[in-house]
Amino acid sequence: MGGFSVSGYGPERTTMSKLFARDSIARRLDWPMLLATLALSVIGSALVYSATRNRTELVGDDPYAYLLKHLLNIGIGIGLMIGTVWLGHRTLRTAVPILYGVSVFLVLLVLTPLGTTINGAHAWLDLGGLSLQPSEFVKVTIILGMAMLLAARVDAGDREHPDHRTVMQALGLAAVPIMITMLMPDLGSVMVMAMIVLGVLLASGASNRWILGLLGTGAAGALAIWQLGVLDDYQIARFAAFANPALDPSGVGYNTNQARIAIGSGGLTGSGLGNGSQTTGQFVPEQQTDFIFTVAGEELGFLGAGLIILLLGVVLWRACRIARGTTELYGTIVAAGIIAWFAFQAFENIGMCLGIMPVAGLPLPFVSYGGTSMFAVWIAIGLLQSIRVQRPMSA
Amino acid sequence: MTNIPETGRTPRVQIRLIILQILVLSLLLTLGGRLWYLQVRNGDEYADEANGNHVQRVVQPAVRGSILDARGVPLADNETRLVVSASRTELMKMKDDGEAVLTRLAEVLGMTPKDVADKVRLCNAETPQPCWNGSPYQPIPITDEATPKQALQIRERAEDFPGITAEPTAVRRYTAPGSARTSQVLGYLSPVTDEEIQGAKDTDSPYLRSDQVGRSGLERTYDKQLRGKAGVTAYEVDKLGRVMRQTQAEPAQPGANVVTSIDAQVQRVAEYELNEAMKAARKEFDDNTGMNYKADSGAVVVMESKTGRIVSMASQPDYDPNAWVGGISGKDYTKLTSKKSNYPLLNRAIQGQAAPGSIFKVIPTTAAVNAGYEFNGRYPCPSSYSIGGQVFKNFESQGHGSITLGQALEVSCDTVYYSLAHQQWQKDGGNKPRKSAKDWFYKTAHQFGLGQETGIDLPNEVTGRVPDRQWKKDYWAANKDAWCKQGKKSGDYAERIAYENCLEGMKMRAGDSVNYSIGQGDTLVTPIQMATIYAALSNGGTLYDPTVGKAIISPDGKRTEEIKPKAHGKLPMNAKTHDLINDALAGVATRGTAAWRFGGWPQDKIPMHAKTGTAEVYGKQTTSWFATYTKDYTIVMTIAQGGTGSGASGPAVRKIYDAMYGLDAEGNQDLKKALLPKPQSSLPKIETDGSIDVPKIKPYEPNKEKPPAQQELAAGLAPVNPGRRD
Repeated sequence: MGGFSVSGYGPERTTMSKLFARDSIARRLDWPMLLATLALSVIGSALVYSATRNRTELVGDDPYAYLLKHLLNIGIGIGLMIGTVWLGHRTLRTAVPILYGVSVFLVLLVLTPLGTTINGAHAWLDLGGLSLQPSEFVKVTIILGMAMLLAARVDAGDREHPDHRTVMQALGLAAVPIMITMLMPDLGSVMVMAMIVLGVLLASGASNRWILGLLGTGAAGALAIWQLGVLDDYQIARFAAFANPALDPSGVGYNTNQARIAIGSGGLTGSGLGNGSQTTGQFVPEQQTDFIFTVAGEELGFLGAGLIILLLGVVLWRACRIARGTTELYGTIVAAGIIAWFAFQAFENIGMCLGIMPVAGLPLPFVSYGGTSMFAVWIAIGLLQSIRVQRPMSA
Repeated sequence: MTNIPETGRTPRVQIRLIILQILVLSLLLTLGGRLWYLQVRNGDEYADEANGNHVQRVVQPAVRGSILDARGVPLADNETRLVVSASRTELMKMKDDGEAVLTRLAEVLGMTPKDVADKVRLCNAETPQPCWNGSPYQPIPITDEATPKQALQIRERAEDFPGITAEPTAVRRYTAPGSARTSQVLGYLSPVTDEEIQGAKDTDSPYLRSDQVGRSGLERTYDKQLRGKAGVTAYEVDKLGRVMRQTQAEPAQPGANVVTSIDAQVQRVAEYELNEAMKAARKEFDDNTGMNYKADSGAVVVMESKTGRIVSMASQPDYDPNAWVGGISGKDYTKLTSKKSNYPLLNRAIQGQAAPGSIFKVIPTTAAVNAGYEFNGRYPCPSSYSIGGQVFKNFESQGHGSITLGQALEVSCDTVYYSLAHQQWQKDGGNKPRKSAKDWFYKTAHQFGLGQETGIDLPNEVTGRVPDRQWKKDYWAANKDAWCKQGKKSGDYAERIAYENCLEGMKMRAGDSVNYSIGQGDTLVTPIQMATIYAALSNGGTLYDPTVGKAIISPDGKRTEEIKPKAHGKLPMNAKTHDLINDALAGVATRGTAAWRFGGWPQDKIPMHAKTGTAEVYGKQTTSWFATYTKDYTIVMTIAQGGTGSGASGPAVRKIYDAMYGLDAEGNQDLKKALLPKPQSSLPKIETDGSIDVPKIKPYEPNKEKPPAQQELAAGLAPVNPGRRD
């Protein structure tokens, strides 16, 4: 974990002082964002532990099994972030075509017999005991790929805004993995990717017509999907249960109903970590992943659950500052894409726990258990940090 | 880079980024707001829901308290029986709605499949009994008389009997000590209904699904005290119903015991003698109708004169209250509610009303004194009294010359009262009543407590009726349409009456007043009302609310809450009049219409007072009434379509007194044989373990010697035609 600066040089103290010297990378990192993400990780770890410690069918004899795996995932995620900062987003820009190609290949692999189905979503790759969700990586590579295309001529000073041709290319680039993800089907990820595309187009300065056109297509597409029966029954049922939670409270509406009861019963201060009866009674499904916010709501109350929203707000607010603070359009677009991603995914995840959004299988960034998603969000943080670190000194 | 500003972006991008930031902020605010709404604003509601979610309550029903007689003999207690129950929810899950299981069960229990199926069907408007009127989620008892062998069969072959349980359960038992049923007074239980659960939800004694509720009699009046509190053990369970921990354990609190003033032995005598009297009456020939007396119903009340406490209360026809235990069968229910059985569920002591006949005369006597007539004045007692061509005859058309009011009571002279009532009617304005009409005869009846409930601690008491001016008006308004339609000026008797009623039924006519004055016409009273009045004559004038419940004693015997006698009025007479009436009623027992029933009675030791009554009922045989009292007790008996007061009811009342005081036919007292020579004043002792030191009940052996009536006849002491004198 040692080296933000060039390492292998002098004793530890010197390294540290260099690390925090004026204009050093560490000094220029966005610390509020970093601390907020670390705080979210700590809270998430506690919640994962609370949700899994007595679930012997998951953890066996070791109540810490999930916690340890979760901590390992965070560690790897932080490592990936450091690597990303160290490489720098500009360096990565050159590798974008390769990264994009690899991620699309992995997504395609899901459609082969290598893919596995978890919770109705055929979105996983089983690589010898290691489960990967390639669509999480695709979120990153769509952002990077689109940003590369859209910013190329603007950053070169050729144009003020990306031209139609470029926009079309960028949309095509995004469309391929989105289509594949839809085939899985992993509707949650498709929605996030659509939001990423929207955020990216917004920040790229593409003409208003594209933005409006995209919104219109999105609406028409949603309608078409609904009408043409592309969705599986369980997905339609989830939406129906969202529209009317009283519908079949022991069936489809059960999850949303129990989630709301869990959060509501937490009150202001919650029942205390490990004491939530809804949590320990396992009334809410997927408590360590998609519905982890219900554990926060029940056991930590309004203060704890509100803190999670606040910390996510800090991350997003700092990300917005980074997006506005950089001079290159490339960095701005990447930051905006990440903002759209995090904001929508967090809103969808917490919103479904609170009963204001339909149920879709999406993890809560930094908090939910799940390796691939943890790696992806830390890489995104690395990208944001890199954009901030590498901005011109005058800013 | 010429067009690009120093920040590296165009204003368009800047604006778009600000829009993005605002969007993000509003999303987060939405989440925060919704979170506040769920957790802070509606948090309590969800907390309740979460509790309901993961808490499973296991209910242990409380053992119902016993109903005891005055000395501690249980009239109603509990026994452990093997109850076989079916869970409807389980049965309904099966393809054939559990039919196969129920058929197998019927075979094991030796019942027909239909009987079993009927027991588990739910009651509704179209479904006759038997049916289940409790909660469909509660196990429904099929039988509470399973043998251990049957229970074992069901348990061992559990896979053949899904949803069927066989458990030892405490069930109600009506012990009938010494064969005293006390049916209507005790009442019965049946499962609680959904409406009752809803209704009592927020009270301090909510019902449980498995509760049995008192439906009538003492079981209903003292239901809250008897019921106790069910034990609840709450377990926290997970989604799959696995118990995680026990969160609450409230042990069941057994119900309190209700000590009554009923004496089981006297009750037995009263029930037996009432029944015997009715049987005897059915052997008597009624000259008026040309057939034997039907004696289709009857009641007797034995009351402590000085407190209004009920020593025994019997009503015929009666029934075995155990028929209700464990769910009543269809046959039994039909039997208990059919016209053929003459409604044995009715407690005729408080729910049977009839014209009182001459036992009413203490009221017009008091009314006359209050209206200014001298008690010891002389009043003509001719054989008949006529008003405008209408002749009102004395009973048996006997005349007695000029007599006092006391003698009028003794010989039960109707014409004395006819004349007094007629005079008062005229004074009040006759057919054109004055506004200041005194209505002495009616006012006095109200003051005696007639036309209203006595307030006895038994449910559904009826009020009877004082047919005063207001009642006449109300009754006419309610019935005039029917009368006017049916009435014919020159039709048969009923049509002529209807015609007359249509024209002037709202008026108090001379004939109405005259008929009323001897307790006839539209006057209606209940046996309990007359017992209250005669007890007041015995105790110096206090009208007590009759009570059956005497005390509530906690199951461990430590807390006792006495139910004190409560008065609802005083007789409207001064001490002098009171004494004179007492003397006259003693005269009835020694010289008057009841004398032939009290031959050999030790009047000097136990002064007896009595009044006989034979009320005429249009279209039916006469109602026999007999009202009596000593210093300590008051007994009122009535038999519908039973004949005369002294004739039909006399011997039975005498025998009840004999048994209580330990008298033989000659009037010799043997206190060892006496069941209750003095009212029971102390309460039974209940030990801390709930056991009671119960005295032994001697079965009643009725006096097999010749009944005193016939002895008197044989001795030639009885006047002519004794059966018809009232």
